[in-house]
Order: sequence, then structure tokens, then C-alpha cells
Amino acid sequence: MANFSKSNVPQFSVDIYQNEYLPEGGREVNAIVTVTSTGGGTSGGHPLAAPGYATDGAPGGAVVIMVDCSGSMDYPPTKMRNARDATAAAIDTIRDGVAFAVVGGTHQAREVYPANGGLAVADAQTRGQAKQALRKLTAGGGTAIGTWLRLADRLLATADVPIRHGILLTDGRNEHEKPEDLRATLEACAGRFTCDARGVGTDWEVKELTGIASAMLGSVDIVADPAGLKADFQAMMETAMGKEVADVGLRLWTPQGSEIKFVKQVAPTVEDLTARRTEAGPRAGDYPTGSWGDESRDYHVCVQVPNAGVGQEMLAARLSLVLPQPDGTSQVLSQGLVRAVWTDDMAASTRINPQVAHYTGQAELASVIQEGLEARKSGDIDGATAKLGRAVQLASASGNDDTAKLLAKVVDVVDAPSGTVRLKARVADADEMTLETRSTKTVRVKK
Amino acid sequence: MPGLPESAQSAQSISCPSCAEPLEEGDKFCGVCGADVTAPLPAAGADLPGTGPSGNGSAAGTGNGEFTDPFALAPPRSPAAAPGQTAPGQPPASADAPAPPQPAAEVTDPREELLAGPAPQGRTCVACGVGGVDADGYCEHCGHAQPRLRDHQERELEGVAAVSDRGLRHHRNEDAFAVAATSLPDGTPAVIAVVCDGVSSAYRPDDASAAAAAVGSEKLLDALEHGSPPEQAMHDALLAAAHAVAVLAEEDDVRQGPHHNAPACTCVSAVAAGPVFTVGWIGDSRAYWVPDDRSTPSARLTEDDSWAARMVSAGLMSEAEAYADERAHAITGWLGADAVDIDPHTASFQPEGTGVVVVCTDGLWNYAESAAELAAVVPADARTRPLHCAQTLVGVALDGGGHDNVTVAVLPFPATVGRAGSEPA
Repeated sequence: MANFSKSNVPQFSVDIYQNEYLPEGGREVNAIVTVTSTGGGTSGGHPLAAPGYATDGAPGGAVVIMVDCSGSMDYPPTKMRNARDATAAAIDTIRDGVAFAVVGGTHQAREVYPANGGLAVADAQTRGQAKQALRKLTAGGGTAIGTWLRLADRLLATADVPIRHGILLTDGRNEHEKPEDLRATLEACAGRFTCDARGVGTDWEVKELTGIASAMLGSVDIVADPAGLKADFQAMMETAMGKEVADVGLRLWTPQGSEIKFVKQVAPTVEDLTARRTEAGPRAGDYPTGSWGDESRDYHVCVQVPNAGVGQEMLAARLSLVLPQPDGTSQVLSQGLVRAVWTDDMAASTRINPQVAHYTGQAELASVIQEGLEARKSGDIDGATAKLGRAVQLASASGNDDTAKLLAKVVDVVDAPSGTVRLKARVADADEMTLETRSTKTVRVKK
Repeated sequence: MPGLPESAQSAQSISCPSCAEPLEEGDKFCGVCGADVTAPLPAAGADLPGTGPSGNGSAAGTGNGEFTDPFALAPPRSPAAAPGQTAPGQPPASADAPAPPQPAAEVTDPREELLAGPAPQGRTCVACGVGGVDADGYCEHCGHAQPRLRDHQERELEGVAAVSDRGLRHHRNEDAFAVAATSLPDGTPAVIAVVCDGVSSAYRPDDASAAAAAVGSEKLLDALEHGSPPEQAMHDALLAAAHAVAVLAEEDDVRQGPHHNAPACTCVSAVAAGPVFTVGWIGDSRAYWVPDDRSTPSARLTEDDSWAARMVSAGLMSEAEAYADERAHAITGWLGADAVDIDPHTASFQPEGTGVVVVCTDGLWNYAESAAELAAVVPADARTRPLHCAQTLVGVALDGGGHDNVTVAVLPFPATVGRAGSEPA
């Protein structure tokens, strides 16, 4: 649980898990990078100076809650009521001193609180006023999520704080805006703030919302029963309040002549970052990781290095956590080395690192679930059975019990270890959407 | 890599540093050879003092590598040139040794010029010649690991010499050695050599061999100076070395879990004092006697603690059969926390004539297994030029393929020294 009174930026550590030994002619180097940030009075000897971070211990965060107020929120009417209650609970969780605002979203975005073109600073009074303002929320209109995000961006930009976060709640498809408009908005907003997205009910589009959360480096989940919103909003806000440092980049240096096959976050969820590189000096590039509180994430890096002879050793990658500084440079928070050593010892080069094997399986699990559900929707029963069967097998072998349970609502598991399943004839929409939304959730290596 | 003043950089950029093709302004790569012309330029660094905050990969955030590496860089490896070549900074102590090539005078490889040149601000990669070397010892351009101190080492004292080399197929040198000279309480000069071979399948084999060589030689010297009989001294020194390796296991990172073997190595040592020399060993590193008079037989002095040796001594297999088996090299005795029972073997010899004792790891004897084969490659003047002999024997192993780390110590017999300090490697 995040400690709200803490004002220190966290200390980062990087651990590399890999089998550095390659056979003669081997070129592909895989490594799992575990990045852990821990708060507490120390920054590991690095004098951290997050821009705008108040030195008097006041929190340096701003948050905007975007609530869907489209007409569909009234079917059933409890949906709008639950959204109001959940937003109120989230507002109660905002700690004193954090700047915040509430946006009501339809086919256009409307400031609900403080409705003065900016943000309010949280205290007992403003929290009370915000909750009063929520009572005026009514359902009616369409859905254009891009407009909500743009308003949130404008509001957040008024605060000079390092950590900017949005929470977005919707119940429907983004019907009143062209997909390319949303895409352009996401490109414009990415990196300016982070945003968690929640879909309530079952009428929203999983791919749309996961795309938003992914671009905005936030989490995504389904809240099938509106009654569950309150607890979820509270937890989300607590996580947001626990963030201590923003805009952390994962910098990857690779040697001349090498090729980066992929860079993925693999825990707590699978997120492919390969295409999100920005160049950062010779042979180096930065991948965004968003903001960090007390947490640990794993990344899978795969690099193809130029061949070298047996007995040679090469640095295949250097991974650093970097924090941009106001003067344009970046501060290295922590780093780790990925090595390649060519050997003719077959026992060494054929060994598979357990972490690499595990996360290769978890990434496959996420993709076979998505492919399996896709096949099921398009009526390809055999394809869906094969893919979801493989998913059951992977989830069972890796101990991903949560995903295994979700799979069991979509297929009848005959034999998990062999991946033998039958598709269920009738599947609740909520179950299918939950499985799809949470398909990227991974578990860590069993100890 | 020293930074270049802007003017020098732009002046240099007019032509490709790799093929001299003229370049357009703003070119990032040479249109002819494809070289990355934005990379730091190697050659100009030698005559320019390191000025400015470096135009190299500092933007990569890795720092421009303040040169903190405490030891000198070994020369680029070149198997053919290894014998007869001495690492810079370690001139042979004996006037008998061949004069090492003067790096500054006989530069044929541009990389050597960079190494020898006055570029104290940083090093240039020995593999690509382009990138600087970062604080972790890797090239900032091509990523290649740079030679390390232990990759190639030579030591010569009066009356004993040793050479250790990484070989051609292993990525680091897990062998270690120590040579030293002392005198017994009665004034008899004594020289010792300790050679250790880290067990590759164990964790931190390089640390194991280094610890065993250092502790083993120290204990051996100490016991000899206090008048212990050589065999007793050697027995005790091997036990002390074994203990030193065993305690390494306790330092292990607990996160490594129980899946790795405790640090382990073999050890062979030799003492030449007065009319007798003594050898002691655990594992499959060996000692040989090679007389000056090659008409008299040479001899292998040690019995391997290995599967093959056991099979032969038990009469279960012929030597040829046993050594052809893939288990031949599995060792049955070693120094380490997981060694079943440590059983140092010692033996003393009093040869008739003069000659040398060759103490070596299997990196050498794999290429000259029998005593006769080894004697055939030991130079005739081995006793008077022990360093040259050790270099030659390492060269034999490298020419044979260099499949393992190779370490050779050569002790002329009878010992011919006054008191000198200990020099553990």
C-alpha cells in the first residue's frame, strides 16, 4: 500500500536475468530486466531533483477524473449512480495538496469541477465541493473520448508538477469521433500525462480502451458490475497517489551492428514497447515507462548481436533507468549489463534461463488468448479451440491462476497440462471481455 | 577516448576515417565502405591531449569512462606472437630473457599505437579500433569486452618463470599461478611454483584458482622458511589452499540459489631446494621432469585425480581407451567446499642430472600428454631461459588450438637463486 505521507523519490535497482552463453554462430541474446523502485529516505546516493517536486514535502501531483456521461450511462440508471459514487470515493482518496479536477465526458468534454479552466488543490473543502458538483452529473449525449483527454491535458498543463495522471471511465464505444482523431489525440497526449482506463458494463470496445491505456502508460480493466466501481476507483487513486517520480525512461544501448528484436514490459502486464523508441545518442534509445511508486516491473529485451568467435565476450546491451532533467540532460538512476559470451560448451549455451522461459510463455499466453477470442468471434471453432487450449496449458504450467480461472469461464477444460479444451456453447459477454482485457496480466516466476 | 576539439573533428570529417573517401557535410555513414563516420575518430587521439568534455558516446549516458582501471592493458592477443612477447609494464627481470619487442618502436598494428600512445584519458577498443572503453571494460561502439589483466600474464624471478594465457576458446582465464623464491633456515635457496586451474562448471572458478594460488604459495613459503620438510610443507599448503577455496562458497550470493557448484579448482605445486625437488597436487594439473640431457628419460611426476587415471590404475582400461572416453577429464579430486575428502598427494625426487620441472594445467598437457611428447617441445636451453621455455610451451598449446586456459611454470633444477620476494600472480 502506498504511503501517502512519503515525499522522497524512489531508489531504483536493476537486476538482469539471462543466459549469457551463446553457441558458435549464435546471435540472439535474451534477458529479463527486473526494475524495482523503493521509496524511503534514500535515493541510493543519487541526489534526485525531480523538476517541480516541492522540497517542503508537499506532494507534486495532479489528477483528472474523466467520467462518461453519455446517454447510455442511464441504462440501467444505477450505472450513473455508481459512477458518481465511485468518483466521490476516488476524490476522498486524493491526498491533501494534490491538484485535481473532474471532467464529464459526452461527445464533448465539460469541466465539472472546479470548472474554472484549471485545477483545485485538494483539502477537505474542495473535496466536499467536488462531491457536490458530482450530483449535477446527468447522462445524455454521445461519446468522444479524444475530447475528454484533450481537456484533461489542458487542465493538467496548468499545474507545474512532475506527476500528472488521468482516470478515465467509459461504458461505450468511441462512436462520435473518428478513430484517427482519437489516435492523433493519444499521440499528442502520450508522455504529457499517464492515464488509467476503466470500462464499465459490456458495451465498450476492449481494443479501444486497451489502446488508450497502453498509449498513456496506464492500466486497463473491466468493471462488469457497476457496483464494483467504488472499490476499483479507490484502489486506482491510491496507486496514483503512490507515484513518486514521472517520465522515467528505459534506455537501451546496443553495440554497433546489432538489431533490437523487441523490448517488452512483461510484468505486471505484457506491453510491447519496441516501436516506442526515441533515439538518445549513439546506438542508444529510450523507451517510456511512465511514473513509478513503490513497485517492480519486468522487461524482456531481445537483441541480435553481430557474430563473434568462441571465447569472445561482448556487451549485448546496457540498460539504464533515466530521468530527464530540466536542462535537457538525463540522470541515470540505475543500470544493468546484458552480456554475450560465445562458448563451445554445449551445456552452457543450451541452458535456458528460467526467467526468460517463463516470460516468453507469458507473452505467448497473452497473444494466444487474444487470437483465440478473435477466432471464436469470427466463427473459427477449430482455431479458437487450439489457441485457447494452448492458453489453458500455458496458464496452468506457469501458475497464472487468475488467467486460468478466466479461461475456464470461456472453455471447458478437459485436461489442462495437455491443453485439451472444448469451447463453451454459451459465454457471458462480461466473461469474454474480462478475459480479453486481462489477457496481458502476467505472473512472476515461481520461486 | 579523448575528446577532439570541434575544429579537429570537422577537419577530420572531410574524408572517411576508414577508407579515405571524401564525405559530404552531414554524412553519417561513408557512401563507399559504410563506416559510421559519426563515431569518434580513433587515430587522431594519439597526438591530441584529452581536451573538452569528449565528443564521444557521452550522450549515451554511460559516462565517458574516466580511466579508473588500475592495471595496464595486456597487448592484443596474437597467438603466433605470444611466445617471446612480454606484456608492457612487466619487463622480464632477467637479462637472460629475450628482449621484448619495444611497443613504440615496432608498431605494426595500429591498435598497439593507440595503446602505447599518450592517450591517458581513455582507451580505444582493441576489437574495432573505433569506440572508447567504458567503465565496465566494454567498447562503447562494438560492445566487445576488452582484454583483462588475467588474460595473459607472465612472471619471471631468478630461477623460476611462469606464463598464463586465456587460450583461444575461453572467454576468461580461470587459471592462476604464483612463483616465488626463498631460502630454507640453513640458507639453501628454494624456489616454488604453484599452478591452479579453476573448474569451469563451478561458480567463480577464476576466484577459486586465484585464492588457491595465493594462499598455497604463501603457506608453502612460510613453512619452508620455518624449516618444515618440503613434503610436509607442501601437504599443509595444499590443505590451506583448499580451505581458502572452500570459504569462497560462504561468500556466495544467496540469490544464486543451490543450483550452482561451489567454487573449485585444481592445484599443483613444486619446490626446488638443494638436491631435491618436491611436487604436490590435487586434481589433474601436472608436473613433468625434463632433463637437459635428452638421452635420459623425462618423466611425468604426478598422477591425475581423474576418471581416466583411476580407470587405468585400477586396471579396468588401457590408457588409450581411458583417455579416449568422454569422461576422461572428469576430475575426482579438487579444492572446494564440495570436495568429498581432500587428499593432497606429494612426491620428492632426486634426479642425477640437471633439467627443468614443468608445472602446468591441462591446457598444455592436452597438446603434449606424455613425458616424451612434452620433452620434445621443451627448448634445449630451458634451464637457462625458463621464461622463454614457458612462453614456448604456451605457444605450443595455442598453436594446437588453445581450447583451454593454459598455464606453465618452469623451475630450473638445481635451484640457483638467492633470496627474493614472493610474487603471487
